[in-house]
Amino acid sequence: MGKTLFEKIWDAHVIAQDEGAPAVLYIDAHLVHEVTSPQAFATLRERGLPVRRPDKTYATMDHAIPTRIGALEVDWPDDAATQVRALRQNCAEFDVPLYDIEGEIQGIVHVIGPELGVTQPGMTIVCGDSHTSTHGAFGALAFGIGTSEVGHVLATQCLMQSKPKTFAINVEGDLGTGVTAKDIILAIIAKNGAGGGVGHVFEYRGPAIRALDMASRMTICNMSIEGGARAGLIAPDETTFSYIKGRTFAPKGDQWEKAVSHWRTLTTDEDAVFDRELTLDASALAPMVTYGTNPGQGVSINGRVPRAQDLEDPAERRSLQNALDYMGLTEGQPIEGQHVDIVFIGSCTNSRIEDLRAAAAIAKGRRVSDHVEALVVPGSKAVKAQAEAEGLDRIFSEAGFEWRGAGCSMCLAMNDDKAGEGKYVASTSNRNFMGRQGPGSRSLLMSPIMAAAAAVNGRVTDVREIL
Amino acid sequence: MQPFTTLTSTALPLRTENVDTDQIIPARYLTAVTQEGMGDGLFSWWRYSRDGSPNPDFVLNQPQYQGSEILVAGRNFGIGSSREHAVWALTQYGFRAVISPAFADIFYNNSLKNGLLPIRLPEDTVRSLLDLVEEAPKTSICIDLQKQTVTLPGLADSASGITETSWSFDIDPFRKQCLLRGLDDLGYLLDKEDQISAFEAAASL
Repeated sequence: MGKTLFEKIWDAHVIAQDEGAPAVLYIDAHLVHEVTSPQAFATLRERGLPVRRPDKTYATMDHAIPTRIGALEVDWPDDAATQVRALRQNCAEFDVPLYDIEGEIQGIVHVIGPELGVTQPGMTIVCGDSHTSTHGAFGALAFGIGTSEVGHVLATQCLMQSKPKTFAINVEGDLGTGVTAKDIILAIIAKNGAGGGVGHVFEYRGPAIRALDMASRMTICNMSIEGGARAGLIAPDETTFSYIKGRTFAPKGDQWEKAVSHWRTLTTDEDAVFDRELTLDASALAPMVTYGTNPGQGVSINGRVPRAQDLEDPAERRSLQNALDYMGLTEGQPIEGQHVDIVFIGSCTNSRIEDLRAAAAIAKGRRVSDHVEALVVPGSKAVKAQAEAEGLDRIFSEAGFEWRGAGCSMCLAMNDDKAGEGKYVASTSNRNFMGRQGPGSRSLLMSPIMAAAAAVNGRVTDVREIL
Repeated sequence: MQPFTTLTSTALPLRTENVDTDQIIPARYLTAVTQEGMGDGLFSWWRYSRDGSPNPDFVLNQPQYQGSEILVAGRNFGIGSSREHAVWALTQYGFRAVISPAFADIFYNNSLKNGLLPIRLPEDTVRSLLDLVEEAPKTSICIDLQKQTVTLPGLADSASGITETSWSFDIDPFRKQCLLRGLDDLGYLLDKEDQISAFEAAASL
């Protein structure tokens, strides 16, 4: 029997497998940020251990930093500044390369990894961040880890892992106009549930996936964790290779040809068997919007918020009622037309240049609704510079969006970008948990073009009507 | 890591599904550079009113559950962010075990690395346990990791819907030994240095 893509990468990285113990898995690239690393560096210090492979470790700052352009470090909140200083000190002490906010390369860890060409097919990649699944878009086995495990990888470049199961997600057909990768992944999670992928690695397959560019593939893999999966994978192809070619850490010269010929073997064999499968028809999808407090609570733009009475499972009913109480939404209401106070375009899900171009095309020549506060936060300094070179910043500013510096920002409201109590946020990020975007904030997750449309209309809008 | 062998305690019922790690510990507590101080932030959106006073309606603030070291919760406990701070918040508050029908993978792994025992029991069983500890908060629950059992000593009460008083749970045998002996992964991994070096040499890494 053949192997799945996941099994090929897994098998190539198991360096030890003792009887009755989890596998010891070698890690090719370790991404580090300011929030989940300080306690791990402290462990190394306590035990007198070095970072084993600083050359396979890449640090940046993204979660806690302010994104207001011109915000000086002296004006930062004390705790954010302390965390950034701790990262600088740790990277200096342990010789880890740091992409500092004061340097030319910096941004959300899952945006700059691929941008720099660190992310390559067949690799194992980890980070103390659940959205590490993003890198699976390149056919890399990439997953989030806790701070203890960050310490293990810093010290040994290895992790102890139990082998997950495999889950094929087949996306057939072609996407309609105005329907995007974000809508595919929100539809998958709505169908399979926020816990539906627990213990599994998703592999996204089928013609609708093959047709996507790398930014879109990253959007899908990014939210694998929102479907409960350990990781998400897309087999590499010409789209992947042409994205990587020429990037800073990409193989060069003869090494490039050698790498590509290896990467071409990284597909699931025809006779391989997945533990589970799910199939979705992309041509039947419409833009998606979440109404609840977990990413599985989503509905198409033409749909309605469910009624508790329609749900059989008492736990699901209770979950829905809690969500609607928090969100201030009514059972059975159409999601289209829902009032919006804030629009956030950004996050490791949707802050790449392709996302900003798409949102700018909607914003161009229009105005953000008077009652809406809208911000656009590019994923990295490189994305910001590219957008400015293309004039996207002007399009956004003229339309009334605020243009920001790179970082995680209002995706998790760790810095000073917080939505107010009870405010409805049309957000391109990945989580609609209670209070995620600020105390009492109410998130409505959607694609960048849907968020831009919500900004100009001041309410949840079917973007297809204004394309 | 504190070893886990047996635990007898009352249990705190949290009848909520999909409890995400943002609820367990909100992002604003993540600006710390040490592990300390997380217990105060546990469930802070639910536990405190917006003015910072304790919310008397939230179960953690109810006197009958003070001192409980076992948390019983709805399914998909610990979804979302990989923040280990969520586990530190639970252990620093005083919890040593969480019982749920299903856990998110990263949360489950993080728990095992901090001596917090995550126990998966069937949905019906968890529902019965929630009913029981809501009705009778003084009920003692015994967890025996060596035997992999959860028992209700001296209780067989058909009226409360509890028709069994002992359940067994699954746990990876290696993880079980680590918990019983209080061992973390780092020592094990450091012992693999020869294999790690050989792998790197073979793959020219």
